[in-house]
Amino acid sequence: MFYREAGQFKTSYKADQALFPILQDRIGMAVILIIAFVVIPAFANDFFLTSIMIPFLVFALAAIGLNILTGYCGQLSLGTGAFMGVGAYAAYKLTSIFPDANVIVMVLVSGVFSAAIGAVFGLPSLRIKGLYLAVTTLAAQFFLEWCFIRIPWLYNYNASGAIEVPRREMFGFIVTGAEALPITRYFVVLCITAGIAYLMANVLRGRIGRSWMMIRDMDIAAELMGVRPLRTKLMAFAVSSYICGVAGAMMVFFWLNAAEPSSYSIRLSFQILFMVILGGLGSLGGAFMGAAFIWILPVLLKFVPGLLGIDIAAETVEHATFMIVGALIIFFLIAEPHGFARLWQIAKQKLRVWPFPY
Amino acid sequence: MNAFVADEALTPAGPQASGEAEVLLRVDNVSLAFGGVKAITDISFDILKGEIRAIIGPNGAGKTSMLNVINGFYHPQEGTITWRGKVRRKMKPYEAASQGIARTFQNVALFKGMTTLDNIMSGRSLKMHRNFFWQVLWRGPAEREEIEHRKKVEEIIDFLEIQAIRKTPVGRLPYGLQKRVELGRALAMEPELLLLDEPMAGMNLEEKEDMSRFIIDVNQEFGTTIALIEHDMGVVMDLSDRVVVLDYGKKIADGPPEEVQASQAVIDAYLGVSH
Amino acid sequence: MLYDIFIDPFVQMYDMPDFFLQVLWEGFVAGILYALIALGFVLIFKASGVFNFAQGIMVVFAALTLVGFHENGVPAYMALVLTVFVMGILAYGVERIVMRPLVNQPEIILLMATIGLTYFLVGFGEFVFGGEPKQMITEELGLPTGSTAFEIGERGLIILQHIDIAAAVIAVIMVTALGIFFNKTRIGRALRAVADDHQAALSVGISLNQIWAIVWFAAGLVALATGIMWGARSDVSFALEIVAFKALPVLILGGFTSIPGAIVGGLIIGFGEKIGELYWGGLVGGGVESWLAYIIALVFLLFRPQGLFGERIIERI
Repeated sequence: MFYREAGQFKTSYKADQALFPILQDRIGMAVILIIAFVVIPAFANDFFLTSIMIPFLVFALAAIGLNILTGYCGQLSLGTGAFMGVGAYAAYKLTSIFPDANVIVMVLVSGVFSAAIGAVFGLPSLRIKGLYLAVTTLAAQFFLEWCFIRIPWLYNYNASGAIEVPRREMFGFIVTGAEALPITRYFVVLCITAGIAYLMANVLRGRIGRSWMMIRDMDIAAELMGVRPLRTKLMAFAVSSYICGVAGAMMVFFWLNAAEPSSYSIRLSFQILFMVILGGLGSLGGAFMGAAFIWILPVLLKFVPGLLGIDIAAETVEHATFMIVGALIIFFLIAEPHGFARLWQIAKQKLRVWPFPY
Repeated sequence: MNAFVADEALTPAGPQASGEAEVLLRVDNVSLAFGGVKAITDISFDILKGEIRAIIGPNGAGKTSMLNVINGFYHPQEGTITWRGKVRRKMKPYEAASQGIARTFQNVALFKGMTTLDNIMSGRSLKMHRNFFWQVLWRGPAEREEIEHRKKVEEIIDFLEIQAIRKTPVGRLPYGLQKRVELGRALAMEPELLLLDEPMAGMNLEEKEDMSRFIIDVNQEFGTTIALIEHDMGVVMDLSDRVVVLDYGKKIADGPPEEVQASQAVIDAYLGVSH
Repeated sequence: MLYDIFIDPFVQMYDMPDFFLQVLWEGFVAGILYALIALGFVLIFKASGVFNFAQGIMVVFAALTLVGFHENGVPAYMALVLTVFVMGILAYGVERIVMRPLVNQPEIILLMATIGLTYFLVGFGEFVFGGEPKQMITEELGLPTGSTAFEIGERGLIILQHIDIAAAVIAVIMVTALGIFFNKTRIGRALRAVADDHQAALSVGISLNQIWAIVWFAAGLVALATGIMWGARSDVSFALEIVAFKALPVLILGGFTSIPGAIVGGLIIGFGEKIGELYWGGLVGGGVESWLAYIIALVFLLFRPQGLFGERIIERI
């Protein structure tokens, strides 16, 4: 009824292979973009931008990165946090070695380093599958974390052992550093995340995206169809790590301002993994939905007791948040193992046939 | 059109009659063992260009292993494989694919998370060359390439009469259709040699008739050489030009269907012998 | 540099045999504890194909419950019984609420569910018991404390903690008991059937639910034993959760379904880690314990992808 493609005829394969072949989807996407680029900047306050939107977008990008590896190529990774860390430290080193270079370019370049490291840790994936591969990525996680602590060169021999983002300007705006306005940061993060998401959507609908999914669904058959397993998997590792690296760099440059090795611990890896699974493996939209759920829900939970007029210790709220998130994860896995993306599809199907049940 | 049974006219005139057809693939004295278990022992046979070659035998005779050897998934411990006149070295499965060997599987091995269209498009992987950077941009060369191959794929979809399920994830299709999509995926590779592993397993009579018709059409219209494993003797006898019979990893007969059918060794293998 | 890597450590081992033996003993004890954690994973993986990430937190949770009961005035042995009871309830709850609705889901979904369970238990544990580390009630449980020193040669000395010896003994007893349970009893046979094929097991009348509840309970008991031993050596705290990740390399070495494999794997990781840290760790600034286990497992995997006791996998299509 409200959502239907009946009457929308496509006369070329080009139209049929567009990102959003259905008119309603195009309208929906336009509305989301207008909200993101116009409505939110116009009305949101600093708290909303800094505590909700910026981290949400950063995590969504990281979730896209992991989704490419785990959701599209089927290689389980528990090292996302570390790959994000590589991006962050690389960006930090780059900005201190080239102080005059454009900081956004540096952030984008930093992903190249994590792509390289990701590809190295992806090498064993030729022989190792499933949970066994998880060990490889855990090795990456713990080893890289150790590097962040033990190699002082990475943090410019700071006494604190943390990296602090320097102040950088671009076109007269302060982009990074403590004085940068939330709104500026928001736009930078939004543009990078939206841009990468669009480019990835292109890759995923073409030959390369298909070859990743072939490996995921049935690697032996894929090989017999002429897909080279090592090359394809390494490419997934590299692309995924690149995106995670950029997200990690954005995390410290546009959100936290400073970071220490524990910012990129295994907890972060799991957080991103949750976003991917709950959002829906193999869905770009799901990455955004998952990130929203895992990041925004706990933030909101913190305010619920206050709104209800109940005075609860901050610790208790945190513990309760853990319990609720854990319980909800189990609940959603039981209710819909394929994540929010599938729920969204089901909802669309309902809208299509409304008011009839089938 | 689907009356293949006992319809002699539809059975392609075998090239073996002339006796001078080109040998596409020859297997010489191949043996394959897993640990101590011998799957294939000293088997030799050839596949002529343009024929339909059947490989039959009781369960566990080594038929699927034989196909796996042919498309490079297993490496035989002994023997050689000659592909278009050249002895093949040890190779990876994707190399066999790029030389023009495609196959379907005994237990349907489709990419379950993808649609019918994407599955068949995946057969075009080897023929698409735009690199990552063009793919990222999409507009321009990558899109043109995609559309060009989409046209080919649509031809196959028309040929197999599966237009209606184009956008359905294959996991949701019934078994018979999945087998058909799998055939489509193999055809999309435009192979020289098509290996079919029990293309009719688990099908009802009508589906078998359809599938037989597709196999014959592929052979005659596209000139594709076909090697197939099948348990349905009626189908084998009607479709194939020549038949190899395996039993316990050994070759026990080789020749035209009628000859094989009459062979005492084959009858013994299938019906058992009293000792 | 090459001397430092290839020669010096061995010279040290030869020169100070007492120190070397002490390191070996430390490695042995750490290995036993890794093996115990891995054992909990193996039990559940064998019966349900689920890689139970919550095993680590179950160890913490069991230990905290035990200490928690005791703090509230329950006598030590009574607290032990009550904790066993709590682990039983947990096992039943997990089976009923988490596992049962997820039968036949892909591996990764089940894995995620156990990570969700981990989150829940972390929140719940901190909520009930607070986040700060606690002291294990070693003496009250009648476990030996103190240590014995052995003289080696003329001036050497190695010190064995009694609690470590007790840990080793308990581990051996538990493994034997589990071995007998799985190989000689009816439930054990049912469990192996379930491990092979869920649906086939169901079709011959084995109750999946019952089997799963039993293995989760068994894993809970293993967790309790691990928690007591670990708690006696250090504090009972949530930091143990990270240690539980070490079970993964242990399982890689020993194979996901082999109980003896878990023990051998645990010992290899324990020895490898301690020796690596004390003789080679200094060269790169120390702290290599955090990742060495994974690298050992990784190198091992590249040469033997099926683990120590696994059979060679022949891929079929």
